[in-house]
Amino acid sequence: MTGHSTYTPKSGFARWLERRLPILGFIHESFVAYPVPKNLNYLWTFGAILSFMLVAQIVTGIVLAMHYTPETTLAFDSIEHIMRDVNWGWALRYAHANGASMFFLAVYIHIFRGMYYGSYKEPREVLWILGVVIFMLMMATGFLGYVLPWGQMSFWAATVITNLFTAIPYVGNTITIWLLGGYSVDNATLNRFFALHYLLPFVIVAIVGLHVWALHVTGQNNPTGVEVKDIKKETVPFTPYATLKDAVGLVVFVGLFAWLTFFVPNYTGHPDNYIEANPLVTPPHIVPEWYFLPFYAILRAIPNKLVGVIALFASILIVAALPWLDTSKVRSGVYRPAFKKFYWVFVFVSVGLGYLGAQPAEGVYLIAARILMAYYFLHFLVVLPLLGKYEQTLPEPRSIAASLGEAATEEKPHA
Amino acid sequence: MRDARQRASIMKSIIMAAALAGAASAALAEEGGAHSQPKPPRQEWSFAGAFGHYENAQLRRGYKVYKEVCASCHSISRLAFRNFAEKGGPEISEAEAKALAESYKIKDGPNDAGDYYERPGRLSDRVPPPFPNEQAARAALNGAYPPDMSVLAKARGYSRGFPLFLADALPGFSYQEHGVDYIVALLTGYVDAPQGVELAPGQYYNLYMPGRRTGMPPPLSDGAVTYDDGTPQTTAQYAKDVSAFLMWAAEPHLEERKSIGLKVVGFLIVLSFLVYFTKRKIWANVHH
Repeated sequence: MTGHSTYTPKSGFARWLERRLPILGFIHESFVAYPVPKNLNYLWTFGAILSFMLVAQIVTGIVLAMHYTPETTLAFDSIEHIMRDVNWGWALRYAHANGASMFFLAVYIHIFRGMYYGSYKEPREVLWILGVVIFMLMMATGFLGYVLPWGQMSFWAATVITNLFTAIPYVGNTITIWLLGGYSVDNATLNRFFALHYLLPFVIVAIVGLHVWALHVTGQNNPTGVEVKDIKKETVPFTPYATLKDAVGLVVFVGLFAWLTFFVPNYTGHPDNYIEANPLVTPPHIVPEWYFLPFYAILRAIPNKLVGVIALFASILIVAALPWLDTSKVRSGVYRPAFKKFYWVFVFVSVGLGYLGAQPAEGVYLIAARILMAYYFLHFLVVLPLLGKYEQTLPEPRSIAASLGEAATEEKPHA
Repeated sequence: MRDARQRASIMKSIIMAAALAGAASAALAEEGGAHSQPKPPRQEWSFAGAFGHYENAQLRRGYKVYKEVCASCHSISRLAFRNFAEKGGPEISEAEAKALAESYKIKDGPNDAGDYYERPGRLSDRVPPPFPNEQAARAALNGAYPPDMSVLAKARGYSRGFPLFLADALPGFSYQEHGVDYIVALLTGYVDAPQGVELAPGQYYNLYMPGRRTGMPPPLSDGAVTYDDGTPQTTAQYAKDVSAFLMWAAEPHLEERKSIGLKVVGFLIVLSFLVYFTKRKIWANVHH
């Protein structure tokens, strides 16, 4: 979408640079003049919040890496060194650990917002798939980072997760040994996990670049799901309008982040991770961080290891197929009464799976996990395809302006 | 026709949701099962809450209990003598901390002649462990290896279960003292084994130990440690004091963290109003 004004360089230097590398014009087009639907609600501020969290994680992470030692006999000590002796070390480490939680909280809200308003639908399929790729990279990065403090949960989570690869037929053991750099989780594993934990965030930055590029080609979805018809009437320039609105969302979100970091910094963690890793003692319950729990519940709900691993990956990959599984012509959930109900059942099921992922996989917990997992897949494979065919939808507004009760305008095509 | 089908599908979804909710609550009811430990009683702590701070005198008493009771088996090797004089701790004077360090013998070396030797401790030294290595501890203690106590207060805990665990994070209700409460409960949780429970020699029955058996003899008894500030010399008081000391050892920057946190959160609250009203002013001319 092209917007309100075009960039005209003001200073002599800007004119000189613009003729050689039009970067100032690019920044102006993308973050100043870029037209934003004026009916966006605060759920649309999570894109900016996620960008902030990514930068915050990279900055705190780089400073932490200057004090951390990726070696099995020193890693746990180096974390305590950071917590006790490094200036502001406790703040950096708690901000980084809780930052991961806040990053995932934000990404889950962002994803569920997209699901509700049909943000994955034509022409935003590539944008959506890039988002799923970012989510998977975040999961990998989060997992790798959790191993680095070399506590009991670090070690045993690494053991459980790398063990999943042994389920691959014929080559599973060979692949697992190659991944670990040995026959079990050990120093070679910790070293490569640290290297990869440092690498992946920059891969995320690159994919986020593509994600934002794709967004700026298609323009943002909005709560009505109706495309912008009149740029002058229905959009506002990104700066100052969206910038300020994003700032409000961001400050409130950072307030929550600060509360977590400064007052309940160990809330999202597990006490066992303050016990140094010991390959000879297995903790009674091995649980991952909270943001992996729904997927962990799916993994454990299936008795066969290979099928469990396939279900785990399928439960993530199936989200990327949403643009083709949801057959409804109507984009936004606002005008889909039946979808709305199924949507909230799906949210409940996802949270429920998270709760069950933290419980021992036995008895009634296991049965509940199986039921919820079955529903999780049914939602994608049966409910959404059929709903689009049979659902009686409400009439969509003719335009964003019409949805706001503004006088109808002549719809004229624009270039 | 379509309406009826749609209504049926909605009904189905509602029934499904109700069934799932039922299953979840059944799961919750299961939670007081056979393997469960009693939940440690909640204690009052000066360092709890957003305004929490350590009580210097309590930390000093707690260190005395650690030194005279725990230290014969448990190391606390991440704690340095200089920490005792730092702000937000027991806050003894630097001279006192120096004297404390010098009361310990530290292994050092090799010196110019290539020999290892012992010297009095310095402020920069960490508290030396009671045993030189794990094997020495196990040989002396009937095969047991007592855990290091440096981060013990954060390495222990329990879950209050759904939905209370959600409240643990909330401003005004926040509860982060699961670990210290657990340690107090454990130290005062020794009872006679119930009938039918056989204990191996050197084992003790403790309500709060996972499996309820422990190799640690009841460490505290009334009057065992002398307090010179008039505080009651009871097992319960010792347990509280030493637990507070362990919390400080595990989280020496807690006071600094909370006081900076108040400023950060306060600033963000003010900033959020400023940004919100700026946003409103800017959007005032937009119908949205």
